[in-house]
Amino acid sequence: MADVAGTGALRQTGKLFALAASVIRLTFKRPFQTRELIEQFWFIASVTILPSMLVSIPFGAVITLQVGSLTKQLGAESFTGAASVLAVVQQASPLIVALLIAGAGGSAICADIGARTIREEMQAMEVMSVSPIQRLIVPRVLAASGVAVLLNGLVSVVGVIGGYFFFVFLQHGTPGSFLASFSSLAQLPDLYISEIKALIFGFIAGVVAAHRGLNPRPGPKGVGEAVNQSVVITFLLLFFVNLVLTAIYLQIVPPKGA
Amino acid sequence: MGIEVVVDGLTKSFGSHKVWSDVSLTLPAGEVSVMLGPSGTGKTVFLKSLVGLVRPDRGRVVVDGIDTVSCSERQLYQARKLFGVMFQDGALFGSLNLYDNIAFPLREHTKLTEAEIRRVVLEKMDMVGLAGEGHKYPGEISGGMRKRAGLARALVLDPQIILCDEPDSGLDPVRTAYLSQLLIDLNAKIDATMLIVTHDIQIARTVPDNIGMLFRGNLVMFGPREVLLTSDHPVITQFVNGRRIGPIGMSEEKDDATLALERIEAGQPVGLPALVPQLVPSAGMPERQAVHRRTERVMGLLHTLPETAQHAITAAMTHHAHHRRGGQ
Repeated sequence: MADVAGTGALRQTGKLFALAASVIRLTFKRPFQTRELIEQFWFIASVTILPSMLVSIPFGAVITLQVGSLTKQLGAESFTGAASVLAVVQQASPLIVALLIAGAGGSAICADIGARTIREEMQAMEVMSVSPIQRLIVPRVLAASGVAVLLNGLVSVVGVIGGYFFFVFLQHGTPGSFLASFSSLAQLPDLYISEIKALIFGFIAGVVAAHRGLNPRPGPKGVGEAVNQSVVITFLLLFFVNLVLTAIYLQIVPPKGA
Repeated sequence: MGIEVVVDGLTKSFGSHKVWSDVSLTLPAGEVSVMLGPSGTGKTVFLKSLVGLVRPDRGRVVVDGIDTVSCSERQLYQARKLFGVMFQDGALFGSLNLYDNIAFPLREHTKLTEAEIRRVVLEKMDMVGLAGEGHKYPGEISGGMRKRAGLARALVLDPQIILCDEPDSGLDPVRTAYLSQLLIDLNAKIDATMLIVTHDIQIARTVPDNIGMLFRGNLVMFGPREVLLTSDHPVITQFVNGRRIGPIGMSEEKDDATLALERIEAGQPVGLPALVPQLVPSAGMPERQAVHRRTERVMGLLHTLPETAQHAITAAMTHHAHHRRGGQ
């Protein structure tokens, strides 16, 4: 049975989608693992909150500085706040959240599931007629998605505050103009798409981590590789999905003032 | 009483590597069977394919009317409730202590109260000699204890069929002997069908009612213990004696030239060690129901067995009958 080149990649993709589908299906199957969900939620939140805040402050600052110097040259300084809000809320925040969920939460999930898989815990669970996907994976994926949505709000706020701080204190901009221009370019659907993106990115991070964790190559080295792969695959998928979502969003919702 | 497991024409390969092909056998209800085989002959894969953890390429495994090879996932989950599986390293959940590990199936599948769960768990822990160890975590205990805890967890739902994957690996001969006795006592107590996968010849000689042997991707034989233990099949004599001389090589099978050379070196062929009597349940345990059923079954097919095996069986039965009369 000689495999055609690329079959392996296609098969893995298929398995990934199949896992995503079973996660969605088993989410609605009783009994729901509330306790596991709360534990995982707490765990993922605790490892991502601080790093994502620390990342979002300089990120907001960079955007403000960059946009600020550009708008200054064009004489449109009053739009700095608007541009910064738009960039942070619509693009930067969901991506920061997803990268941290994948990097900090997903890698831990993948390592945990991977270690359990090679110790035959998953098979032991299956022979006890308990579905590991329902028991372990569903709560983790839901926790990753949920934390992503909530964290996205936090990162947006912290990012904008960071931008405001640097605009006012480093570029000596007018505080009032930064705040006043918020609504000149940004609109409410920007926040919606931001949260939708965070939800989808969190889901992807959770599913990819679980998928790599459930299918590691044998041995501890296999688990190490799986963790590495899960982070890389999630990053690649995130940027691609972000591109698609942004393109669709810009088609559906016309930019303000256009 | 346990349930019969019928395996028919089972074949499994990983890619181009054929693990075994066309394995057909029946695990008789309530009896203890052992599957022997050199390392790497797919004994564990065989055990896992019975419970649908490994999907064979072809064949059937029929348990209680359900074919675990081709049935739906829902049916498979139903069928698995009949099984208790003891994995090679126990496969305990590292995040739970022994008590919670053993209570896990009860909490998932029954509506028992914590008090009732506690009663069942403590009883099973006592049964496998782990009383008072419930607070320890799998990482803190020895391999032997992990195995016994794995066995206790496999037992809590009162399975009809118990599968043990290498219960002896990593255990010293004394502990192996204790575990062998434990398995026999267990069989006497709950009358479940048992399959033990091992390469430990001591277990094979003392524990089972039936023995099978896998070699070179085939089932060499499967039948009453006397048949294999008196066989002059070269693979079996080599394995049972643990010798280098014979068809089993270090990595795979040997070629003809090496075999011819060995035949010159070997001198006299070596027979099998004398048949030792099978273990009986410890004092205070009920009698094994399987013994009577097996006697009837084996008597029915006696004429089809090799002559040496026939002698061994009749000798064992006379011994058994004599023993029972003497005991009364």
